Amino acid sequence: MGIFRMPSLGADMEAGVLVEWLKQPGDAVARGDIVAVVETQKGAIEVETFEAGVIERLLVTPGTSVPVGTPLALLTGAGESVVLPSPEPQPSAPPAPPMRAPAPLPSPPPVTTATVPPPASPAARRLATERGIALTAVTGSGPGGAVLLADVERAAAMPSASPQPRGLDVVQMRRAIAAAMARSNQEIPHYYLSTTVALAKANAWLAAHNTERPPEQRLLLAALQLKAVALALRRLPEFNGSCIDGTFRPAEGIHIGTAVAIRGGGLVAPAIHDTDRLAVDEVMACLRDLVARARSGRLRSSELQDPTITVTSLGDRGVEGVFGVIYPPQVAIVGFGKPVERPWVVDGQVVPCPVMTATLAADHRVSDGHRGALLLAEIDRLLQEPESL
Amino acid sequence: MIDADITVAAASRMITYRDAMREALRDALLRDERVFLMGEDVGCYGGCYAVSKGLYDEFGPDRIRDTPLSESTFVGAGIGAALNGMRPIVEIMTVNFSLLALDQIVNNAATLRHMSGGQVSVPVVFRIPTGAGRQLAAQHSHSLEGWYAHVPGLRVVAPATLEDARGMLWTALQDPDPVVMFEHVMLYNMEGTLDAAAGPVDIDRAAVRRAGRDVTLITYGGSLFKTLAAAEALAADNISAEVVDLRSLRPLDAETVLASVARTRRAVIVDEGWRTGSFAAEVSARIMEGAFWSLDAPVARVCTAEVPIPYPRHLEQAALPQPAAIVAAVKALMGA
Repeated sequence: MGIFRMPSLGADMEAGVLVEWLKQPGDAVARGDIVAVVETQKGAIEVETFEAGVIERLLVTPGTSVPVGTPLALLTGAGESVVLPSPEPQPSAPPAPPMRAPAPLPSPPPVTTATVPPPASPAARRLATERGIALTAVTGSGPGGAVLLADVERAAAMPSASPQPRGLDVVQMRRAIAAAMARSNQEIPHYYLSTTVALAKANAWLAAHNTERPPEQRLLLAALQLKAVALALRRLPEFNGSCIDGTFRPAEGIHIGTAVAIRGGGLVAPAIHDTDRLAVDEVMACLRDLVARARSGRLRSSELQDPTITVTSLGDRGVEGVFGVIYPPQVAIVGFGKPVERPWVVDGQVVPCPVMTATLAADHRVSDGHRGALLLAEIDRLLQEPESL
Repeated sequence: MIDADITVAAASRMITYRDAMREALRDALLRDERVFLMGEDVGCYGGCYAVSKGLYDEFGPDRIRDTPLSESTFVGAGIGAALNGMRPIVEIMTVNFSLLALDQIVNNAATLRHMSGGQVSVPVVFRIPTGAGRQLAAQHSHSLEGWYAHVPGLRVVAPATLEDARGMLWTALQDPDPVVMFEHVMLYNMEGTLDAAAGPVDIDRAAVRRAGRDVTLITYGGSLFKTLAAAEALAADNISAEVVDLRSLRPLDAETVLASVARTRRAVIVDEGWRTGSFAAEVSARIMEGAFWSLDAPVARVCTAEVPIPYPRHLEQAALPQPAAIVAAVKALMGA
């Protein structure tokens, strides 16, 4: 028996609203299958299961807001002894429960989930309306499970109950960003480094690479930047991981969170899993996919849970440098500015050269400027050898 | 002032509801020569509940007037006296008998100010014993206060405490319009401490007799002490009940009721009238109109069983609202 729980989709998330079940009782699911859609401050997130099995029972009805960790569904699982024949074990989110194999199971009778709202007192209804809390999201303590005023007050104390059933809520996202960034600046002693990276070689390589490609398959500098950061992190792992309660834990994989601005305000930084293992074309494809889904508000749970570092690029917004605020509990954020033509000295000659500013904001509890400098230098070095990416 | 207060407090004494009511009568008779008492057996016999005992000897037959057994007649006479400048107090032996005088009360006393364009008023006070519990059977035991409270032009009050028994009458006599005062028959023997200086009290406002957090118990008259007993029992179960004594049924002090219900979010109305078409139904409707969005539970009522009040004691008691039923109603609301 496995339990599919409300995931934590970020350090700042305390609760989420279950928006939609994409699997029903009786459905077999494999690890990584998208089981449900959850509304968070970052929009609607497709939540994957870490566990394989058959959906036994859905425990939460759509529209319900529940705290992180609340069981959402029961999976009847497969025999404990059978090992999942996983070809490539994905180093993924730390709280992944042990993998279990799917096994042929007698399907339980399909259960239709009831969506009848609970009885609720007028006082509870009024407060719920005022606070934008779905009554279905509140556990009632009254006779027959009726939701009472005190129950809504308790639910209201959980800050992230969303008034909107789905889609991006700019106000909520703003709050989430505010909470995370305020916490970052309060808790994390940032230090900042900056360097200028010549882009002549990278641009030349990109131009050659893209010559015969249709526009939708062309590589952008962003893909090279991400891959360069990923490879640099292999050498400097103290920038890739999380710092919780003052203890740094290096991440097992390199999952670069890519800051994506949302039209209308706000941003998310979903992960490109195992960026260091992907070819640049794959990085580019992932990036395109992520941006599209981030802007439509359909990211996956693992993409929000997993980032081990963030890369932000404001180059296309015309600024030359960005000094980021670390997204806790990550320990570093790398920024890339706008590529600009500058006089550059090459072999004793001043030549016009495209350059960009690469920056690092890092957690001084975990690393020092010396190591940060090495990280930026390594990124620079890799970008001078684009063919090696 | 402080010394005076202490002196007064020291002068409080034990007294029954009956004696407090008699004091009120005597006080009114002494203070205003226009006041007189009339009714069946109020004079020589001293009143069938002995409220007027001794007053005949003190004030004489002109001011303590025995009447024939004809409610319509003597109530009509009282209304006529009031129209002509007197301040009559008319005792009707029981609310059941008052039905014989209903025409006078509803068609004359309640209407004449309006029908005369304010030229005349009817400053009469009707004292009417009400309620069950003395094994007087179905023709002497009903609680019909709610019927009177239906009628514009009447003021309807229900003194439940010694202070109100002592204090409401004089205030009622000052009202230029007819006042119907219901005295629950089970209260007459109730004994307690009353300040020697106790005097007139308002007849407009409901009173919170016990403060509480979780539920408001709304009642009046003879059910007040059963309700207070229920509140005490609930306290033992950690349920904090507020008890509101309505005191006045018409006008109804909805403000006090709604303020209490807004705090507690639950209401149980205890009314010795029958449930159907009861005064409890009116209170419930007021709560729905004024406090619906504050409620955490449906309004509940504890009323008399819908039967003519039985004669046998066990059946009579079973028919009436009792503390156990009030406790059960509250617990059902709380899901406790």
